[in-house]
Amino acid sequence: MLAYLLKRLGVAILVALTVSLITFSMIYLSGDPAVALAGESATEEDIENIRRFYGYDRPILIQYLDWLARAVQGDFGQSHYLREPVARIIFERLPTTMWLGFLALTFALTLSVPLGVLAAIRPNSLVDRAALTIAVVGQAMPSFWFALTLMLWLGIYWRLLPITGTASWANFVMPAVALGYYVTPAVMRLTRAGMLEVLAADYIRTARAKGLRPMRVLFKHALRNAIIPVVSLAAVQFGFMLGGSIVIETIFAINGLGFLAWESIQRADLPMMQAIVLVLSVFYIVLTFLADMLNAWLDPRIRVV
Amino acid sequence: MRKGLLFGAAVLAASTWSATALAGRADDTMNWATDREVAIVDPYYNNTRELVVMGHLGWDALLFRNLDSGEFEPLLATSWTWVDNVTMDLVLREGVVFHDGSDFGAEDVAYTINHVSNPDSGVLTTSNVSWMKQAETLGPYKVRIHLHKPFPAALAYLSNAVFVVPEGHYDGAPTAADGKKDYGAVAPVGSGPYRFVESRPGEYVLWEKNESYFDGSPKGKPAIGNIRFRTIKEMNTQIAELLTGGLDWIWDVPKDQAERLSDMGSVTVENAKTMRVSYIAFDVDGDSGQTFFTDKRVRAAVAHAIDREALTRNMVGPASVVIHSACHPDQFACTQDVPRWDYDPDRAKQLLAEAGHADGFEFDIYAYRQREYTEAVIGDLAKVGIKAKLTYMQYRALRDLVWKGETPINHMTWGSSSIPDVSAITSHFFSGGRDDPAKDPEVVAWLAEGDTSTDPEARKAAYKKALTRISGELYWLPMFTYAKYYAFSMDLDFTPTSDEIPRFYAAKWK
Repeated sequence: MLAYLLKRLGVAILVALTVSLITFSMIYLSGDPAVALAGESATEEDIENIRRFYGYDRPILIQYLDWLARAVQGDFGQSHYLREPVARIIFERLPTTMWLGFLALTFALTLSVPLGVLAAIRPNSLVDRAALTIAVVGQAMPSFWFALTLMLWLGIYWRLLPITGTASWANFVMPAVALGYYVTPAVMRLTRAGMLEVLAADYIRTARAKGLRPMRVLFKHALRNAIIPVVSLAAVQFGFMLGGSIVIETIFAINGLGFLAWESIQRADLPMMQAIVLVLSVFYIVLTFLADMLNAWLDPRIRVV
Repeated sequence: MRKGLLFGAAVLAASTWSATALAGRADDTMNWATDREVAIVDPYYNNTRELVVMGHLGWDALLFRNLDSGEFEPLLATSWTWVDNVTMDLVLREGVVFHDGSDFGAEDVAYTINHVSNPDSGVLTTSNVSWMKQAETLGPYKVRIHLHKPFPAALAYLSNAVFVVPEGHYDGAPTAADGKKDYGAVAPVGSGPYRFVESRPGEYVLWEKNESYFDGSPKGKPAIGNIRFRTIKEMNTQIAELLTGGLDWIWDVPKDQAERLSDMGSVTVENAKTMRVSYIAFDVDGDSGQTFFTDKRVRAAVAHAIDREALTRNMVGPASVVIHSACHPDQFACTQDVPRWDYDPDRAKQLLAEAGHADGFEFDIYAYRQREYTEAVIGDLAKVGIKAKLTYMQYRALRDLVWKGETPINHMTWGSSSIPDVSAITSHFFSGGRDDPAKDPEVVAWLAEGDTSTDPEARKAAYKKALTRISGELYWLPMFTYAKYYAFSMDLDFTPTSDEIPRFYAAKWK
């Protein structure tokens, strides 16, 4: 187990480093950051001054290594635009995104696990077909379109919910539903498949033969086993939602990390972009790592792979 | 019971929402939004359009430009005289008070100018202030400004880009992590019709009416109690908030959505011109490797092939007009009396044949703004046999390529920072710098003459020569002026202006 853990940890660190290097390179491929910082009316002299001021006249590799050396010490530098330490800004806005991600995941699990169980209990029934329809629609529908549809009906026509901001719990309803719906299909199908497999197992037959109540068999014996892979999937999906919140935060004007990422790209705030991508990648990598460990702990066969 | 619970939840949601939805006349707060985040509330250390707008709210300049007459009027300065070509004396207004309670005077003007014109102060748009050398006080309400060299557009900049702060305003600026003074972090203090209250980057900036704003200001006394800027990235969300009362004013509404909003009749929709122009720049010397446009006949064929009238009429909006010279018609000395290249596809084909391209040719066109406009251009070119392959990219990336001479044709725009003077566009692009596609020495000389003369008629004559050459030789094909769609609450009495700077201080509730 220790060897497996170390191996997965090594891979995780390599992935984080690769992501940071690729991000760094891609930012430069999109154009000269000094031009973006200087603005449209800037003269050549303005741009040259900015290039020197921020050290963009140095070789890219040196800039990257310099940034990486400080980043591992928790110093992501200063935002060009907000003029504050990047780490402070990120950790100010991270809770909003985490809260949105948590609510979205809660919505996704609340909808998908019961539907997955119902679909497994009655395979090929109307309920199963309905669950499949929800899954297919959720997978196929772009989240921005779903978000705008929610906004149209719940915000404009019926005026039940506020459209933007984070002032109250009501502000989070539409964003959480829009974000959570996208991960619903995967969780639902995994729950269904897991339940079908477990319900066909011998110990369930034995439990039923013992005369245990159906609900007890279903929830205590079947679901408890079938839900384990769902937990590890949910952990990974949570990481996905933190990164995927860019679109939803932008649409609903939520001042979180996703919105900050989008703004930083627009204004070529390099230190901020690099730090956000790294933080989100680390979240995703840590959650994936934890899911791997959980699976390995549950299933010893994985450890030898 | 269940229905009751659902209804209760809906009522609760609606009541919670109402707290945030309250806006407009009900709480005397005008909410406006754009897609930009405003982190620094200082017109010298934030060069976004939002801060240009807020600059006129929170601060006063020395002069005021009357947009109806085009004349400069007194604001913080009551009179001004040119001592010589590089020295200007200004008499200042008495009785003006800054938002922090301090009295305005010559020391404040001298401090402001000496701070912003110092290259070490790190002002973002240095071209707004770098023409000033220094300022000195000649009395409590008299100040002298020294220029590096003659700069005829000085009045335009003094009315639009030089806002006065109290003496010592930036002295307490904190030191940033990089060891530099962070002047943008200083709390905003001006003497304008609105005073800064608070801001939260990524969310809002709140201003309140300056009750002690001086009488007799050409800006007038502010009428609306509070003005709140909000950052809302997505246009559909902005429209949704406008329709539900969360916002009172938005702009940059796409034409199709603006027309739909107008049809609904629940908000006011207006199309107004802006100082931004669209142009096509040719690779005149063939640096890009695609040498078609070194031949003037090919450039002329492109010019005749594009139906600019139809483009402005069908896509940009009714306030947009076709332009023929490399400047905005509202800018000083921007004559339209230059060679014109009207839509004539048959003539375009004839010119192509004469240039040896009877079967057309294929080239790369680059653009960064309003892809659909460039696609319309591509469609027109295709009709005469010219195939254009579009590369659409971010402005900063495209500007790099333009400077390296790697674009056969680039379809660009320029807003002139709303400076109503030809020097803010023609001189910027044709004075021999990296943006200059032709580097025509005569054009460079004429522009230099216009840029340094203080005689308006001499300036007009010099600029006319340059503009005539630019259009005649087709270094640029000037396309059209931009127009913006504004959408705002029917409760709001607001008049759009041609310089793309909404004067919210003049707005009021109906």
